[in-house]
Amino acid sequence: MKSENTQFSPDPDGFYGEYGGAFIPEMLYSNVKQLQDEYLKIIESVEFQEKYHQLLKDYVGRPSPLYEATNLSKKYGARIFLKREDLNHTGAHKINNTIGQILLAKKLGKKRIIAETGAGQHGVATATVCALMQLQCVVYMGSTDIIRQAPNVARMKMLGAEVRSAESGSKTLKDATNEAIRDWINHPADTHYIIGSVVGPHPYPDLVARLQAVISAEIKDQLLLKTGKSLPDFVLACVGGGSNAAGAFYHFLNEAAVCLIGAEAGGEGIKTSKTAASLQVGKKGIIHGCMTSLMQTADGQITEPHSISAGLDYPGIGPLHAWLYKSERATYESVTDDEALNAAFELASLEGIIPALESAHALALLAKRSWKKNDIVVVNLSGRGDKDLATYMKKLEKNE
Amino acid sequence: MNRIITHFHEKPQENLAVYFTAGYPEINSTLSVISQLDQSGADLIEIGLPFSDPLADGPVIQHSGKIALDNGLTSAVLFEQLKSVRTLSGKPLLIMGYLNPFLQFGPEAFLQHMESCGLDGLILPDLPPEIFEKTFQKMFQRYNICPVFLVTPETSESRIRYIDSLSKGFIYAVSSSSTTGSTGGIGQVALSYLGKLKALSLNNPVLTGFGISTFNDLQQIWAQCQGGIVGSALINNIDKKKADFGIPAFIQKLTQQSNDTSTQ
Ligand SMILES: Cc1ncc(COP(=O)(O)O)c(C=O)c1O
Repeated sequence: MKSENTQFSPDPDGFYGEYGGAFIPEMLYSNVKQLQDEYLKIIESVEFQEKYHQLLKDYVGRPSPLYEATNLSKKYGARIFLKREDLNHTGAHKINNTIGQILLAKKLGKKRIIAETGAGQHGVATATVCALMQLQCVVYMGSTDIIRQAPNVARMKMLGAEVRSAESGSKTLKDATNEAIRDWINHPADTHYIIGSVVGPHPYPDLVARLQAVISAEIKDQLLLKTGKSLPDFVLACVGGGSNAAGAFYHFLNEAAVCLIGAEAGGEGIKTSKTAASLQVGKKGIIHGCMTSLMQTADGQITEPHSISAGLDYPGIGPLHAWLYKSERATYESVTDDEALNAAFELASLEGIIPALESAHALALLAKRSWKKNDIVVVNLSGRGDKDLATYMKKLEKNE
Repeated sequence: MNRIITHFHEKPQENLAVYFTAGYPEINSTLSVISQLDQSGADLIEIGLPFSDPLADGPVIQHSGKIALDNGLTSAVLFEQLKSVRTLSGKPLLIMGYLNPFLQFGPEAFLQHMESCGLDGLILPDLPPEIFEKTFQKMFQRYNICPVFLVTPETSESRIRYIDSLSKGFIYAVSSSSTTGSTGGIGQVALSYLGKLKALSLNNPVLTGFGISTFNDLQQIWAQCQGGIVGSALINNIDKKKADFGIPAFIQKLTQQSNDTSTQ
């Protein structure tokens, strides 16, 4: 995991080019400063690395397989590999981050954990590690998401977490994040905030990217065994805040030959107001303590995004991605709700894998390009679709 | 000279600063509220510019801000309303808001509009002092706008001194680690922290805010620093059915001893 992407690492103030930073009210200063000062020392220590990798192996089940999807490959005319983050314990990549952050919180002596969640995957992953480490856990979740991701609410409760409903704004991920930050302001001494993506004030974007970087580290090793080459031609990943994409891109950022493509949630289309494609329709601004590309009004009010996928329903994006987009190191395309749904059904029928709606956005990129027979394409399958069955059933009923 | 600075020369103690949300309860109530606050004896007035995602605010200010935004308040609308504010009030006037609307309006244009309306200070809780110093300090000076920064019980002495060196007008001491509108009142922790601040003999006066809602709270604060800031308690008491919004009665309760212990 120890890799220096100098060009794509934040500067000491947490900026990736013009994006990032820590635009926080003074009430959070000491907590954030402590994290800034300590995070690299802690996560690069031998002690941390040993525990982190041990847990990833024995508890999460890593390395996650890199599966060559032959039916999908045949259909699209390329060698398509799926990085199976859906097979991790709790069903998504989110746990790579929460395992790391709970160890960090322990090291910092924190007794109480808070988190925000959209799809509920990060909430479940946080509740899980809190049970494992016997720490108190409060998860904020928008009331809209509590309804559309009900199975995950039940899982969090069974794991012993308290789920608090966020009732402001669009009642989704943005609002849950606001509530989590307010909670942290009110409990500065004993609480660690486990943020769920590469967003928020510095050092979170870099911290979470480093904890997710295990994804691309494994891809390199696994590809070498399977193809004789450690570098793919393409890496595809969906981007909400951008943590699974950051992890899948991380060790390829300095490899110019590897084409990195992110899928943003287009919602009903980027020409409509019902979208969550922050890079395509956003403008530079501040959300949750971070300068990034942001969906907002001309007056600087953050607007309410729309995506069929709760995990991508966020008006901002991690500053690393804003920078990769601006500097043209990576490209980002928007995928509509319908395209994602179709891609999910396609994977189910061709490969026997039901993906999360978020991950289906990455899969939908396959139909948007033409591929060459020898192209090695890695799709990061960030999570599994159990939580989305209600949405998938609705689509099935419509088709019947 | 800036009005905030002149004010503290003339009245160094027992100050009451009041925060309200512009465009609340009605889009056009901004000026009437300022005028009521002025006449009721508020010493400084903080005009809240609402933001969609106010991280440092509790439910009361969140709610008033949402109504103001639904009413159509924007930075441009506010500046239009404030064009004539100096015919109504000679008190120090500040805007308190969040960084993003300031950036989107354009920092230079924002400060220029503030100056031309005759405003005196700007509080942006999510503007880090370091970024202010690097990017905005000269601009604030050019338009004679006082930058006001927050300190909290968690702020170290060296950082308090740094913030003091950048601040003009006053320093905003947050009474406890909380969002606005907390109901805990002023506890022992807050008082000993204010005592410590006093002992630092800072360059700037200190006003204390967050969680001040009663006569008693204000008296305790007055004993420790140059004044108190009241926000959520006022907004809770704004009564849009009354021509004066119930403001004079609220300020009177807040500043005068009474036997009525139900003051909230
Ligand atoms: C399966 C899955 N993929 C992707 C995401 C989006 O997050 P990120 O962009 O940080 O990977 C989520 C978020 O909930 C998720 O559950």
